[in-house]
Amino acid sequence: MSEQTTKNTFQDKVKKVAEEFGLPRLIITGFLVLLLVISPFVGADLPTQISNIINRFSWNGILVLAMVPMVHSGCGLNFGLPLGIISGLLGATLSIELGFTGPVSFFMAALLATPFALVFGSVYGWLLNKIKGGEMMIATYVGFSSVSLMCMMWLLLPYHSPNMVWGMAGKGLRTTISLEGYYTQALAKILQINIGNLSIPTGALLFFALLAFLMWAFLHTKTGTAMTAVGSNPEFARSAGINVNKIRLISVVMSTWLAAIGILVYEQGFGFIQLYMAPFYMALPAVSAILIGGASVNKASIMNVIIGTILFQGIVTMTPTVMNNMIHLDMSEVIRIIVSNGMILYALTRKTEGAK
Amino acid sequence: MGKAPLLEMKNIKKDFFGNQVLTDINLTLKEGEVIGLCGENGAGKSTLMKILFGADVIRETGGYGGDIILNGEKVSFQSPFDAIAKGIGMVHQEFSLIPGFTATENILLNRESKKKSVLSDLFSDRMDTLDRKDMDTRAAEAIKKMGVNIDQNMLTSNMPVGHKQFTEIARELSKEQLKLLILDEPTAVLTEKEAEALLESIRGMSKRGIAVIFITHRLGEILSVCDRVITMRDGYVVNESETKDTSIAEITKWMVGRDVEGSDADYVTEDTGVNKKIVMSIRKLWVDMPGETVRNVNLDVREGEILGIGGLAGQGKLGIPNGVMGLYQAGGTVTFDGIDIPLNNPRRCLDSSFAFVSEDRRGVGLLLDESLEWNISFPAMQIQDKFLKKYLGGLIKWRDDAAIKEVTDKYIDELKIKCTSSTQKAKELSGGNQQKVCLAKAFALEPKLLFVSEPTRGIDVGAKALVLDALKKFNKEKGVTIVMVSSELEELRRTCDRIAIVSGGKVSGILPAGEQLEKFGELMLQNC
Repeated sequence: MSEQTTKNTFQDKVKKVAEEFGLPRLIITGFLVLLLVISPFVGADLPTQISNIINRFSWNGILVLAMVPMVHSGCGLNFGLPLGIISGLLGATLSIELGFTGPVSFFMAALLATPFALVFGSVYGWLLNKIKGGEMMIATYVGFSSVSLMCMMWLLLPYHSPNMVWGMAGKGLRTTISLEGYYTQALAKILQINIGNLSIPTGALLFFALLAFLMWAFLHTKTGTAMTAVGSNPEFARSAGINVNKIRLISVVMSTWLAAIGILVYEQGFGFIQLYMAPFYMALPAVSAILIGGASVNKASIMNVIIGTILFQGIVTMTPTVMNNMIHLDMSEVIRIIVSNGMILYALTRKTEGAK
Repeated sequence: MGKAPLLEMKNIKKDFFGNQVLTDINLTLKEGEVIGLCGENGAGKSTLMKILFGADVIRETGGYGGDIILNGEKVSFQSPFDAIAKGIGMVHQEFSLIPGFTATENILLNRESKKKSVLSDLFSDRMDTLDRKDMDTRAAEAIKKMGVNIDQNMLTSNMPVGHKQFTEIARELSKEQLKLLILDEPTAVLTEKEAEALLESIRGMSKRGIAVIFITHRLGEILSVCDRVITMRDGYVVNESETKDTSIAEITKWMVGRDVEGSDADYVTEDTGVNKKIVMSIRKLWVDMPGETVRNVNLDVREGEILGIGGLAGQGKLGIPNGVMGLYQAGGTVTFDGIDIPLNNPRRCLDSSFAFVSEDRRGVGLLLDESLEWNISFPAMQIQDKFLKKYLGGLIKWRDDAAIKEVTDKYIDELKIKCTSSTQKAKELSGGNQQKVCLAKAFALEPKLLFVSEPTRGIDVGAKALVLDALKKFNKEKGVTIVMVSSELEELRRTCDRIAIVSGGKVSGILPAGEQLEKFGELMLQNC
């Protein structure tokens, strides 16, 4: 009898874990493990692959972290991430324009990006407060339109630094700007660990850890608690004397600022600033990463961010190498699109289920 | 009779993940018989009915034990559709009607009368056209069976609640195979007159040979309409008797397992607090709350009293606390302890040591997706900086989870909140326990003045007594002034010192709680 009950509870436990973990996440984890296992057999170097995943995690982690505050305050997933990214890009280009070089340019970029992020974030937050209930759709269009506007602005703004403007015309920013001599690898190089082919960007990971810790800590403060409550039931929060709009505004500003810092960290790893349409493509991967991590439209934790980024970036980095070596065909982009859009779709259907 | 019973339920058992909710339930029902099913919330009534109706949730949680025998044949419904096909109908507590459809359309939804057309010959019968005339007759017939008159061409969204309820019942009656109708608290939303009409229609159904299982908290209705009454408690049938042999007092005793009478029959009969200090005065208050408009309320609240606010639904009694607390647009003046309280600003009210337990428990009162700890501690944390640890000279206000757990456990204990732990989610509790959480939330604020709005709406007798006792105790021990709004006059009379009756958005009079019922009745009808 007792044996049977223990067996039952074990089965229940497995079932419960599977349920909590979610089927899509199980499949993606399984797929990633499979890729890791077969990679040595198809001639890919495992340490290189692992460093790739870690590196890409360090680039993207903060962009995914930027989703957390708005999810908590009930504004949904921040499809308007490009707005924050543009703030970051303004900071980056201004820092170079003003002649800062080396690692200093990174901190100047972050510093210069901050006022833009605060202003853009406030306007964006004000807008989202006007259209409660339709945040995610409006956010998407805010992202789209801000990218388009900036496509013009990058050409028109009076930048002069020869490292950034078009060679022939002498004005207008180039689509891709190399960060060589500026802040490429600025964080990654701090305490970097190299063992054979394995390389770990300790500094960038620590920077992510610092921001993630600050976010975790914030959610444990009075204001952070209020933010979660606003997301959970705005009417409850209002009756408890919370200024709901203010809390939502704070969350949007935080998210926008994190996106600005996030893109700078991304650039220092990647080595280039990408302008024009590039910010356009940053929101969906970040959204789907946090969803793969187990977040829903109204609940997200730091653990969701970490797990999700590893899984998503793992798939993105592993598939091209393994697939190319196996079938000599580049499937990675297709798989990335299927995974990211599929995940978003899945999460949105879950949302309606929860609302019942 | 000698005839085989219509329905027999034998040794029904059900557990939810090891938590036994029904134990050995036996129930028989003859054709045309009306039985009343009563019991406190969580006694297992709804679960039993869900088993009978083949609800998905039963199958998903591992099925049930025991047999259901319908018309001498053992059945096991896989879904409500099977149950409907076998002639069982159910009217749920929540309406399942389409607001934009007329009564007729709702009644005959998916069973419409159809005419063949060219298109349906070409494609399938999904292309048939509706036979409006025949539908009207069928709907009219169903409504006639019910014995109540409702406008069958009225859009559901325009109907008063009572008519919506009747539309639901008519929908079940229009099914020709109907043999057994389950009514789950159908009268909860009805006015007395409507409820009476419903009871009349139940009698009519029974004459036509339809058996009815009638679930309600209003015991008087059971006595007037049912043949037998079955009382459940904690998953057992504790009593089954003919209604003519029993009384409300007896049923109540069976339900709660203790004697509720006698303990609180002493009304406050005299206005003894004339000399007491007036702690809050409300002047020329108007509140724009949909359905509960307050037009011109002048009211003085005395220190340390329990003031009741009663009145008929829609007369504005709910608007008073909601308006003073700033949840709805309001105007006028409110002074507390000689200080003007600005309206339309919930924060300022809370800062002046007011607290409010809303009548909208699930919408305003609770964070359904969060733990009890959060629910209970949140307002106190946000408004009074309780349960926080401060670092860097108050710059960082860190949530003190240990203190939160402590206070939550204290209230769980004090108010006897039934839960697995303080981290259980609020949505998993039953209505009565949720209400206790709402009270705990207000108590944790340690207010000077507490507004309580409909504290016993939708909760059972046992929980009701606990909630009211908790309020009285809070008033006596902490000296907190309480303003309690309720539609149940009897409850107000037992709890309050004075009762203000609101009618037509104005206070039509204030009487000591023990005043004769007729006087309250007069005041209620004065301005409407």
